[in-house]
Amino acid sequence: MKTALLLSLTLTATAADLPHFRWQNFTVENGLPDNRVYCVAVDGDKVWAGTDNGLALYEAGKWKTFSVADGLTHRAVLSLALDKRTHDLWIATMGGLTRYSAGRFDAYTQLTSGLPNDVVYSVAVQGDFVWIATAAGGARLNTRTRQWNIYNERNTPMYEIWTYSVSPAEDKVYYAVWGGGILEFDVKTERWKDYNDPDGETELVLFKDQGLIHEITTSVSYVKGILWAATYFGASRYDGRNWRNFLDKDSGLPSNFLNQVKALDGDHAWFSTDKGLAYYDGERWATYRPALETHAPEMLVRDREGGVTRVPVESAPAYHYTFGVDFQGNDIWVATAKGVSHGIRNIPGETNP
Amino acid sequence: MRLLICGLLSLLAMAGGTRYKSPDDLAISADGKRLYVVCSGSDEVLAVDTGSLVVLGSAHVGRVPRGVAITPDGTRLYVTNSWDDTVSEIDAALMKVMRKLPAGMEPTGIALDSSRRVLYVANRLSDDVSAIDLAGGTDARRLVSGRGASYVTASADGAHVYVSHIYPEVGKFRTAPISEITEIDSGHQVVEKRIVLKNAGGIFHMALSRDGRLGLAAELRPKNLIPLAHVEHGWVFGNSLAVFGEEIGGVVQMPLDEIENYPSMPFGVAISTDQTRAYVSASGSNEVLILDFAKLIAAARSPQAARLANDLSASARYVLARVPVGQNPRNIQLSPDGKKLYVANRLDDTISVIDTARSAVTSKIVLGGPTPLAAERRGEALFYSSAFSFGHQFGCANCHLDGTFDGMSWDLEPDGFGIDIVDNRSLEDLKNTAPFKWNGGNPDLQTECGPRTERFFFRSQGFRGNDLEDLVHFIKAIPLRPNRYRLPGGEMTPAQERGQAIFSRTIKKDGTPIPYQLQCFVCHTGPSYTNTASVDVGTGRASDRSPLIDTPQLTNVVNSAPYLHDGSARTLEEIWTVFNPEDKHGVTNDLTKDELNDLIEFLKTL
Repeated sequence: MKTALLLSLTLTATAADLPHFRWQNFTVENGLPDNRVYCVAVDGDKVWAGTDNGLALYEAGKWKTFSVADGLTHRAVLSLALDKRTHDLWIATMGGLTRYSAGRFDAYTQLTSGLPNDVVYSVAVQGDFVWIATAAGGARLNTRTRQWNIYNERNTPMYEIWTYSVSPAEDKVYYAVWGGGILEFDVKTERWKDYNDPDGETELVLFKDQGLIHEITTSVSYVKGILWAATYFGASRYDGRNWRNFLDKDSGLPSNFLNQVKALDGDHAWFSTDKGLAYYDGERWATYRPALETHAPEMLVRDREGGVTRVPVESAPAYHYTFGVDFQGNDIWVATAKGVSHGIRNIPGETNP
Repeated sequence: MRLLICGLLSLLAMAGGTRYKSPDDLAISADGKRLYVVCSGSDEVLAVDTGSLVVLGSAHVGRVPRGVAITPDGTRLYVTNSWDDTVSEIDAALMKVMRKLPAGMEPTGIALDSSRRVLYVANRLSDDVSAIDLAGGTDARRLVSGRGASYVTASADGAHVYVSHIYPEVGKFRTAPISEITEIDSGHQVVEKRIVLKNAGGIFHMALSRDGRLGLAAELRPKNLIPLAHVEHGWVFGNSLAVFGEEIGGVVQMPLDEIENYPSMPFGVAISTDQTRAYVSASGSNEVLILDFAKLIAAARSPQAARLANDLSASARYVLARVPVGQNPRNIQLSPDGKKLYVANRLDDTISVIDTARSAVTSKIVLGGPTPLAAERRGEALFYSSAFSFGHQFGCANCHLDGTFDGMSWDLEPDGFGIDIVDNRSLEDLKNTAPFKWNGGNPDLQTECGPRTERFFFRSQGFRGNDLEDLVHFIKAIPLRPNRYRLPGGEMTPAQERGQAIFSRTIKKDGTPIPYQLQCFVCHTGPSYTNTASVDVGTGRASDRSPLIDTPQLTNVVNSAPYLHDGSARTLEEIWTVFNPEDKHGVTNDLTKDELNDLIEFLKTL
């Protein structure tokens, strides 16, 4: 009895340290243009959502929508990047790149600009540069000179040009190349380096932490000198010297099929998977989702020893299939296949309305 | 005393001066005692004593200065050097340049923010606004503006900054021009609003009411979609004011025109502090309009306001007087007490002083400059004058803004059926590029600018005899703006080098030869990149009389979108990605996208 009580208290303490949320979910019924939401981007009190059928802006409790008729290059919005200096929004779509600036849309396509391909999977802003991942290589737009640089198999070690995600920082830029591992661009030397799965393109993991977990990379997140990578077969963390890999069988990942990883720093990251949203704090994991079988709200906590606890919760993200996240102070916004979810953080000692 | 000595030295220097001053922009000290005059022709700023009307001193700045801002305490001036891409910071007491600050491409208008720590500079060729951090002296951030960002006005408290644009956005082929006034929240240094101006292109100076709730912008409303045959109906240019702001709840465009007597090219604007009068310089018809501000606003608020935009009788409601001033009046500046209005007469090298109570010019400040005027200068006055067109409706400079272009395509011919739509080409570097017109139909500029202009454009009188020769002198002398994409010392970036190799190639990537006439450098050759021949490059339309197109010069081609003879290509890329399917306009279909980007990087350097 004593042992059981102790275990219970330990689990409770473990769970309490991990973020708890009250989830508020939005669908077409609340004004979204589509329930299939690929991406979210927070801009202060405002939230942008990229859907399969247009762009949406959440402001003052209401969703406003934007379509191709408003100036989007395509209805399917795959990625969003906010220029935090100007509050311009860069919008990656299935039909080109769009910039939204204070009510105005500017289109960049492969016919009208130096964009290498109209299927734009990812966009990111670093200073005056906009970095882009397309189905035909990466690109960089210098917004001051308007020069386009294209990165593909002719000028990088990229043997597969299907770039899926880009994460730039002041010193390095990383591309997730779908089926081609990871590319690293050294800003200072302008040299490229590739990182690949030492096991090749197989789904085998012969040596777990020997290198990148898999060639089919879907997302990269480079924060404070640490690279995080998401693949369809697990996740990786690289500190410039050592790799550490995460699989559902030996971590708190709810699935090895990952759409996005977004790191807060070298030890904390969020993973958007097909079976829920996962958080890792360096030791423990939490998964947030409607339960796969019952669809009841679920929060699972995996402690450092591997013990898994189901924490009672009253709400969950809109769906277990998640595409990506962004942060709003302590809160989190999640793009799912059945709407947008706002995770309102429960702060101990604070009451939530 | 020191200022007086500076002034005397300045006067001595001016006596032997060989450069026209070309006063363009004005600023005045808070006490009204000093008027500062930016002289784009002589690369200097003059300090004028408004009591004695004497030039007290000058400061040499960068090339072709265009805009000036003054700190509230009057100690510092900031002047945009449009050809150097810098801003000069000037000690106003010493008239000494203290430092040069970086800006974007062709900085033009300038204003200070509410904190007086950030300068906002409109960059005409980079289509953005520099937010220059005065403490660090850096071009800290760029805000997206419209095309041809040129003039900047701040609200009295500096909290809001407005930017206007001389070129309309590059839109779809044969669509009405659209421009914007970009409103910046200076507290957050972000664009907070874009005031869209439909059917407008060529937006110049703006003025705000003291409380910031009303704004006026001088603007052109080009009627480029209808044939120029309708000059006599007033359907070439509408000379207008855009009225905007909270009090209006949007924007309304109010005409300044009178039937058969147009105040052409409205340029500078001022609003009296008591909000009883507004003033507008008409730089083509050499006058200043005085408007009853209350009646203007009443008309703008009236239910009929939207349809007044093209009503040539509407201006009678609010235009009180038209005061003749010097040649090509540009910006205007009210004295702080509102009793005087100073007018920069760019092509007279003078400042007209209007007594606002009498609505008349009462004195003139002579800035210096060579006399008698040379042929080029006389021609420049003709170029900017609307006196030759029907009803003084427009002059050459209406379309060739500051000697360049207007970013639009026009239906110039008298057929009235949309035959031969033409893109407006820049006049820079035109000297050795005869013949002229897109079909090469005019063998020289005398033909282009003489009988043709009279018959097809002005429908009134044309340039003849000595006037014509003077005009041609000026056009041939229009300077080529510095290219922003060339590296110092003639070096090239790797992309430019690769692009040059593509431009110069004689064989395709598969090793087969490119026919001689399809090699880029065969037609685009010589110092201006034209062989002056006419060629069918496959871009002719059924509505064109001939598929033969005069090979255009490529100097500064990067600036002059849209492209092709009819302006159907919105970007350089579209010339080849859309309009060259059969490789008639050079062989480009074997190029990869990155190679096409390289070619364009090279073309930007021409």
